[in-house]
Formats: sequence, C-alpha cells, structure tokens
Amino acid sequence: MILLGIDSVTNNLPFLFEGLGITIELTLISVVLASIFGIVLAMGRAYGKQPLPFLIYVYEKIFRGLPLLVIFFLIYFGLSQQGIHIKAFYAAVIGLVLHSTAYQIQIYRSAIHAIPEGQKTAAMSLGMSRLKTIYYIILPQVLRLSIPGWSNEFTILLKDSSIAFSIGVFELMARGDAINSMNPQGILYVLLFIAFLYFILVFSINRGLNYLEKRYKISGYEVTAVR
Amino acid sequence: MHMLEVKDIHKSYGSYEVLKGVSFSVEKEETKVIIGTSGTGKSTLLKCINQLDPPDKGEVWLEGEELTSPSADLNRIRQKIGFVFQDFNLFNHLTAMQNVSIGLEKVKKMEKGKAREKAIEELKKVGLEKQADQYPAQLSGGQKQRVGIARALAMDPAIILFDEPTSALDPELIGDVLEVMKNLAGKVAMLIVTHEMGFARNVADEIIFMEGGHIIECGSPDQMFNNACKARTREFLGKISTLYGKE
Repeated sequence: MILLGIDSVTNNLPFLFEGLGITIELTLISVVLASIFGIVLAMGRAYGKQPLPFLIYVYEKIFRGLPLLVIFFLIYFGLSQQGIHIKAFYAAVIGLVLHSTAYQIQIYRSAIHAIPEGQKTAAMSLGMSRLKTIYYIILPQVLRLSIPGWSNEFTILLKDSSIAFSIGVFELMARGDAINSMNPQGILYVLLFIAFLYFILVFSINRGLNYLEKRYKISGYEVTAVR
Repeated sequence: MHMLEVKDIHKSYGSYEVLKGVSFSVEKEETKVIIGTSGTGKSTLLKCINQLDPPDKGEVWLEGEELTSPSADLNRIRQKIGFVFQDFNLFNHLTAMQNVSIGLEKVKKMEKGKAREKAIEELKKVGLEKQADQYPAQLSGGQKQRVGIARALAMDPAIILFDEPTSALDPELIGDVLEVMKNLAGKVAMLIVTHEMGFARNVADEIIFMEGGHIIECGSPDQMFNNACKARTREFLGKISTLYGKE
C-alpha cells in the first residue's frame, strides 16, 4: 500500500534520465557562457572607459531585478509575438545566461576589489600593458577568489533550469510532470526521485569545486576557513 | 646629456599643489637619496617619473627619450625604470621566483627556462635563492622587499626608484634590505626616498632635501650633514642628529 505508485518511477527510468541529460546540458551550456560573459563584463565594469561600466551596471540592475520566469516568458512568448521564434531550449539558455551573468558580475567584481591596487601598479611599472596586467596578474587571482561564490551560483543555475519546464523544455522536471498527469498516483515518488537527482547533482558539484579550491589553493590565499 | 632628467615638475591633487616645480638629474650608476618630512611630495615625485601618476606640467627624460611626451611608448620605457614599493606589492599568486621572472617572460618575451634561470640569479643577489618556491604570504617583510628588489633588478633597468623601501619593516629586517641596496650602489642608478639617514649618509652620492613641494637644498652627504647652506636643512638634519646621534 505504502509503495503504491512507485512503478511510476521504476517504469520510467530511461525517460527520466533522458530528461536529466537535458537538464545537465542546459545547465552546463548556460553556466559556461554566463561565466565567460560575467568575467568579461566584470572586468569591463572595473577597468573599462565610460560609458561601458555604466551600461554594464544598468544591465546588471535590470536582470537582477526580474524573476527568471518573466525573463523566460519575455524571450519565448514575447519575442515570438514579434515574429522572432526561438526554440524553447535556446530560449531557456538565453534566459539563464542573461540572469546568471548579472549575478556572476557581482561575484567577480568583489574578487577584483579584493586584489590590492598596488599589484596593478607594480605590474604596470614592469612595463605590462593594462591588458597584460589584467590577464596575468588580476585574472588568475580573481578566478581563485571567486570559486566559492561561483560554485554557489552554479548550483543555483542548475536548480533554476527546472523553470525551463514553463516554456516547454522537456527536461527533468517537465518529464516528471508528464508522468504525473498520466498517472497521478505516483506523484509523490516521482517528485521525490526528481528531488533526489537534483540533490545528488548539487552535492557532486559542491564536492568537485571544493576539491578544485583546495587544489589551486595558495598559501596565504585561503578564501574559506578550514571546515 | 643626463641619464635621467626631471624638469620643473608640477603636480596637483584638486586644488592642493603637491609638487611646485621640481628639477634635478641623475647620472649613470649614481645613487641619489631624497629626504624630507612626510607629505612633501617625495613619493608623488617618483610616480611622476615613471608616469604611473603623470605630472601636470614639466618634463621627464630618460636616456634621451621624453616620457612626458604624449607619443612616448610607456610600456617599453618603464622596463628601464625599476620600482620598489613601500608595501612591496608582490604578486600574491606567484612564487618568489615567478614574481621575478614574470616581467622577463611576459614583457621581455624571454624564453621560460632562461627567464627562470635569470630569476634565480637575481634571487641569489638578494640572498633568497632558498625561498624561490615560496609564496609571498610565506615570506617575512624583509624577504618580500628583497624579492621586490630582485623583481626590479631582473629587468636590467637603467635606474631603480625606491619609495620608502624600509618604512614597513622592523629594525632587524631593515638591515637586510639596506645591505642589498648598499651592494647595488655604483652598479645601477638609484633614486631613493627614505628616512634612513644613516644609509643616506653612507651610500648616497648626493642628498636632496625636499619640503613643501620644492627642493630646498641638495649636495653631498658631507655638505648636507655638516655644512648645509639653508637654515631649514640644518634644522631638519639637526633634529635627526639629536634623535639618532651624530654617527
């Protein structure tokens, strides 16, 4: 009796894992793009010439101020009404990237400000150009300092990707919903199983990044206390 | 032609004029020490020389090239001007050796192996070859500053500017750093802003006394300490002698 409906999970494992694959694909593409844009824009905001920092600031304010669902609907339904049709998966990528980039700029920006100004001065007095200074001196330190904040953002993005369900991306959450509408009796187990999969993913990401953080740790540069 | 020539440098921050027309020159392999009370623009003057903080008015010439000209290739000319900072400014993510070699590799485009060889050589000169693989956080203040000196030396500069290189160090560590600088005297031109009067007296070819954005007086250590012309110079150095004793 208590296990009534668990066959909704066991009978649909390949179907759900395929959805998990789409979730992972969506997350990885988005996190890579958002990280690249985030770093570039954070540097632009810190070292660019006006009006660039101001424009980046405006972008950041707007996209940190909008719910992800609104961004998805604007890109998918809003643009489609104007004749711009974007496939649901790509619309989700664009939405997640726009959203996450705005948050990631903050992560890199605080790391940039944590690096003493004197190091930039020292690099330039060696004859480095601004670009070389950013690339060889600032960036390696920014990346190290950003790992904790970035791993947080990575897992948020993974979880946010489930909202892509709302514009019809057939990822993990959407598949669970499809199963449930055919067989409502299994709803608890299907949702618990989906929750478990998300949890395992988030847990693995955090573990992996913890390792990375330790691997690239530099003496005197510990960003997190020993736990 | 002088090796380094500074002509009538003016520099203001807002309405406050820090440098009010400073001129002097430095010859090849000469050691000049700038002294004076805090806040008289000594550090600003150094930053005006390598254009980290360009002057509002005046000219700076190094080996026949004008740094203050709008067309000057500063990234190239700065390679010839070493800079040693009060608070070291080492690159925290690089080892002592990499701190010294990065300029050679990325600016002078020296091959990696050669750059590291030269870096080790420079670290030897400052007595730190054993610390080559340590990160700045693992070094003492005096060691950090000596890495800073090795980093400047590695670029084979025509002149090294020192901005109060020992003022963040305790007396014991100061000795190590001054020893290194003393050994450099006569090998490379140095322009040193410092409060170490004993060092100035023993090592400088010439002492420049600055106050209120002007050069008050300059001359050999003997003249400055024993026969200064200006009353203000005598007063300043007199106070120092009372504090630290004659010799």
